[in-house]
This record gives sequence, C-alpha cells and structure tokens, in this order.
Amino acid sequence: MKTFTLGGVHPEENKLSADKIIEVLPLPEKVYVPVSQSLGAPSKVVVEKGAMVKTGQLIAKGESFISANVHSPVSGKVVKVDDVIDSSGYKRQAVFIDVIGDEWEESIDRSPEIVSEITADRDTIIKKINALGVVGLGGATFPSHVKLMVPDGKKAEYLLINGVECEPYLTADHRLMLEKGEEMLIGISILKKALGVSKAFIGIESNKPDAIEHLKRLCANHQGIDVIPLKVKYPQGGEKQLIKAVVNREVPSGKLPIEVGCVVNNVGTALAVYEAIQKNKPLIERIVTVTGKSVAKPSNFMVRIGTPVSTLIEAAGGLPENTGKVISGGPMMGKALTSLEAPVVKGTSGILIMPAEESKRTQVLNCIRCGRCITACPMGLEPVLLAQLSENLLFERAEAERIMDCIECGSCHYTCPAGRPLLDYLRLGKNKTGLLIRNRVKK
Amino acid sequence: MNETIVFAVISLSAIGGTSAVILYFVAQKFKVIEDPRIDIVNEKLPGANCGGCGFAGCRAFAEEAVKTGDLSKLNCPVGGNDTMKDIAAVLGLEPEEKEPMIAVLRCSGSRVNAPQKVAYEGASSCAFAHVLSSGESGCPNGCLGLGDCVVSCKFDAIYIDDTTGLPVISDENCVACGACVTACPRSIIELRKKGKKDRRIFVSCVNTEKGGPAKKNCAVACIGCGKCVKECPYEAITLQNNLAYIDYDKCRLCRKCEPVCPTSAILELNFPPRKEKAAEAEKVDGPVTEG
Repeated sequence: MKTFTLGGVHPEENKLSADKIIEVLPLPEKVYVPVSQSLGAPSKVVVEKGAMVKTGQLIAKGESFISANVHSPVSGKVVKVDDVIDSSGYKRQAVFIDVIGDEWEESIDRSPEIVSEITADRDTIIKKINALGVVGLGGATFPSHVKLMVPDGKKAEYLLINGVECEPYLTADHRLMLEKGEEMLIGISILKKALGVSKAFIGIESNKPDAIEHLKRLCANHQGIDVIPLKVKYPQGGEKQLIKAVVNREVPSGKLPIEVGCVVNNVGTALAVYEAIQKNKPLIERIVTVTGKSVAKPSNFMVRIGTPVSTLIEAAGGLPENTGKVISGGPMMGKALTSLEAPVVKGTSGILIMPAEESKRTQVLNCIRCGRCITACPMGLEPVLLAQLSENLLFERAEAERIMDCIECGSCHYTCPAGRPLLDYLRLGKNKTGLLIRNRVKK
Repeated sequence: MNETIVFAVISLSAIGGTSAVILYFVAQKFKVIEDPRIDIVNEKLPGANCGGCGFAGCRAFAEEAVKTGDLSKLNCPVGGNDTMKDIAAVLGLEPEEKEPMIAVLRCSGSRVNAPQKVAYEGASSCAFAHVLSSGESGCPNGCLGLGDCVVSCKFDAIYIDDTTGLPVISDENCVACGACVTACPRSIIELRKKGKKDRRIFVSCVNTEKGGPAKKNCAVACIGCGKCVKECPYEAITLQNNLAYIDYDKCRLCRKCEPVCPTSAILELNFPPRKEKAAEAEKVDGPVTEG
C-alpha cells in the first residue's frame, strides 16, 4: 500500500465516532460569526447593527486577492458588530446575530435532489467559489478560488482529494465520504473542470475500509476519479505528504504543490464546492466531530458556523466532570480552547475533550540527543536544532535551516522521550521568522 | 652529537632572525593606526557589553564616542553620569548630566488581582505563550509571568515573585539597559526616570480594552475613565485607547492622581505613607506593589 517515505508516526487512532451518523444540530439561539475566517487579509463587515439578515446573506466581504467572503449562517437580527473572544483568548471582530426563524435566501436550492449535470464554465466556477466564501476545510482555511487559479506557466496535472483524516479521534471527513459521497464526487468533477485536469485521486487511509469501498463503487459512474487506499501513517493528510504518497512527487522547499503539477483539496471542500456551484449555497455550515474518551455521546454534527462550542458539547452529552482540556481540532495539531463560548469557524474540524489525567504534559527533561525527532519529521528537518535556535532567538539561522518548511504536525513533540516542547518552540520560531521575512520583503 | 645541537641552534636562530625582519616590515606596512583614546575610553566603560547604549558592546561605544567627538547622543545607562563624566574628561568635552532611568513593570495583574482562568502548560517562554493565547488570566495585555525578562537581564535585577507571579525589578541592580523592554513580548516594561529618592508614579497597566472587559479579567486594570487626566494639574496624563499614561517628563510627583483612580491602577513607589490613607490601608488590600 502507498504512503509517504520520510518520517511520520502512528499515534493511537481512537476514532470513537466513526460509526455515528451525521446529526444536524438544532439551530442555536445566537451565533457569533468571526469576520476573518480564512488565511489572508481580514474581510470587511457589510451589515449594520439592527439589520435583519437571512441565512446565506453576505455579511463580510473579502476585499483582497487572498481573503474570503463570510455569509450569515442563520436568519435573524444583527445585535452588534463587536469583538468576540476566540479560541486563543484574544479578541477578534465578529458579527453577533440573534437567531429568528430560519429563512433562507431565495437563490439557494435547498431540495435534497442531487444535481449531477455541471453547466457552469471555468470562470463561473471560480467566481462563484470566491463569492460564496468557500475555503479549504482541512484546517488551514486557504481561500479555495486562489488554489484554482493556476498561475501562468504552470500546469495542473492531477487533482488530489484529501480523505486521509490522519488526526486521531476526528471522523468528520470519514462520515462525509460515507454519507455525502455522491455530492462530493460531483464536487470533485467541478474542481477538475475548473482546473482543466483529467485525473483526480482520492487518498484515503486504510483504517476507513468502508469509505474506500463505498467511494470505489460510486467512482464507477465518474470518469477519471480514482480512490487510492493509503497505509495509516501520520501526518499523511499534509499536502506535501499526500502528494508524495499518491503520485510520488516531492514539492520543493518553499514552493506550492502546483510546482509539481498537483492541487490538493479536502473532501469537505469538494462538498462545499458542490453545494456552492450546484445549489448556490454559501459555506455556512460544516461537519464537526465532538469526541473524547470521557464524552457520553461522541458524535458528528452538521453545525452552522458561529455556533458556540458549548452548544456542541451540550449536544454530545455535556462536559464531563474530569475534563482537563477542550481542544479545537485533533490531538496532534489542535489548540486548547481558553473559552467554551468561542464560536465554531470554517476551520473547526473537531472538538476533542480530554480528561484531566490524559491532558497533562509529561515532565520536561533534558534532551538526550537520541534523534527520534529527526527520524519522525516528515519534512526532513532537525526539530531539536530548530527548537534550540528559536529558544535562543537565532531566527536567521533557523531560516537557513528551513524552519519555514515545518508543517507543525507535532510528530517531533509526540515522539520525544524527554517530553520537550519542540512544537511550541518551532511554532514560535516560524512565527518570528515569518515576521523577519515579511519585514525584509517590505523593505 | 655536539655538532647536531650546534647546527640546530644556528639554523633555528637564522630562521627566527629572518622571520623577525620580515615581520617587522610587514607590521610597518600594514599598521592600523588607531586613536589611543579608544582604549582609554573603553577602560572607563563598565565592560558588561549589555548593548544598553544601542551599540554592539562597550568597545563599539568607545569607538563611536571617539570618532564623533560628541557625547550628546551617547549614553551608557549602566555606568551612568559618573562614567560619562570620566569619558568626557578623556575626550576633553563638557559632561552632560542625564537623569538616571530605571525599568518599571506596568502590570499589577498578580494571582490575586487577575485570577487564573485557564492553565498554560506549553513552553516556558513569554514569547511563545503570547503567540499562542491571551494567557492564564485572560488579559490580552498583561504579564504572562514566564520570565523572558528575567532571562534577558544581565545584571541580576529581575526575579519572579512566587506569590504574585509577577517579575520584581530591583532598584539597586537595574541599570536601565533596556534588555527586558525588548524581551517582553507585550511591551509591559518601560524605562522611566528613576526619580528623586527613587520616587515614581506610573499607571501600572497596559490594557487597551474598554473598561468592562478589562475589569473582568483584572481588578486593578486601567479602565480609561479619565479621572486622573482631569485631576492632573500639569497635563502630564494622556488617555489613549482606553489607557492612561503618565509622561514622566511632565509629572512633578504631586500625588494627586493616585487617590482618584477607581481601580488603583496608578502606583506610587517609595513615597512616605499618606496621613489619611495610613489608617485605611489596614482595612483594604491595595494593589500589589513592587519589592
């Protein structure tokens, strides 16, 4: 079975909610929709306090090339445009909406029928994806239309669809492939058309045999889409790792996948593209896994963007008493929440609740120079060196040692027998080095 | 046997002599003429190489001083006025008196004033904790207490108080080199005038949130009410982004602003106790002061 060659680890999978059917979460009473929900420049609010909005109405407009529109996930009244405490505890501008009824924009097709005929041409597809706020749902929330606009001189050969879901615990993509497989495949066809490629591969790890089988069956009706089962290894869902695993190409340091003729999109993005193009539906809801060993009812929910995390936890049986951490995302790359009132955003793939005894970090001991982090690094970096450099604020040297190639997968941190916070220092180093590079570019 | 020794001595002496002659001429040819005063000035400097003057080290500072022959823009915060006087004497210049400065911590968010809401377990570095989240108390501007300033201090002038969780800056050891000011990711530490008899008044808060949210996280946050601005007879206090700031050049230490602050965000250091307040102080727990 195929996989990537360099590094990687295999954490306990713990896919507790793998057989739980996606439930539609009842509408919350109020939502806080952060204005900036994608990588790139923040979007500008276009609604005022007191305005009535319908589900799917534009509330914030992305104004630069890399930024995305935000739409109202509910219908109701805009209470205020103010700061909301996001998952990190810092304030971010958000639109506060009190939910009244559920009245949708007329242009949105809400019927359950599957529209399989693709009538839109390339330009319309890209324009619509941009207008309807579709971003990469794998976690990085990169605006999808930008990925589809292949720069001059480059040619896309393959479209890779990421159904790997290598993060332990998370099952949102798994359920999506099982329950919305047909829609997703149409979404892939749309992406193929927009990119002008004839071949698409869906990479799925072999711990999801039901999804592999299901999609293989459905693919019989879709030309040029193949399912590629992959060996279970973290972080296979990383763009560069997936390309290596599926088409055996290596993206050069500091370059984008298009350099080797590939474009990678998540299965969730493919579904969002289907809904945007065929149904006119903006990205206003997503599937979120709420899970954890102590959770009474691990579930997969279809959630409107902006719903407070506490509502999701309530629906999954409430917050267990011995909870130590609530993590947004998976255990490897996710970040602990500082407030349960933080809203679900486009990039929230899961809410993981860790019991206190499991969430403690191990004691930090001295580095014993075992080199496990170097073996584990899927990007071929030396995490121990990079962590030291950034601990000592030597960011120029860290840049020379390719710190910006780090994908923050946490394999080094996971594998360290001395429990050293390698990823923390790498993230700090990346942050500071990025600043350094941006300042240099400005000059 | 003897012959060998004699031969060796003679040949080595010859090589040595020739090399000495060559080296003499080479040294003459490539001689670097350096102002001898640089060495003298360098010797007068403290030799800590802390970078507080803005140069790479004491030697670089000495070179700059001799080269420009002007001390008005140069200052060694570590040596202070005495050192600058010595240097001025070497260079034959008039010494310029500069008021001594000191680093002050503009945050009183101790464990009592700003209680912990979440636990942070990541890398023990303020710089990283700042990037990751707003911190344990929830205040997005407050001290994280992980001691990046302590690490940066070369003069052993800062330590973290175990009970308050805040850094304490020692009046004796601090030389105002500014290393901690740069190290603090939240710009909480500021260099201010040391003041007569070490007396200082400053707003011990850098939170720019509106009053409500600021107060929610910390009992002694500046809420930007502006009472001190109105009270100040010397127009030394300005209000910007919901935060009051006392200009140390204009402040005359009249102590009128401190009692009007509703959250006790203004700190007075090293003043004698007020008569009317001394009795009250026993009942109410004031903000945590330094030292």
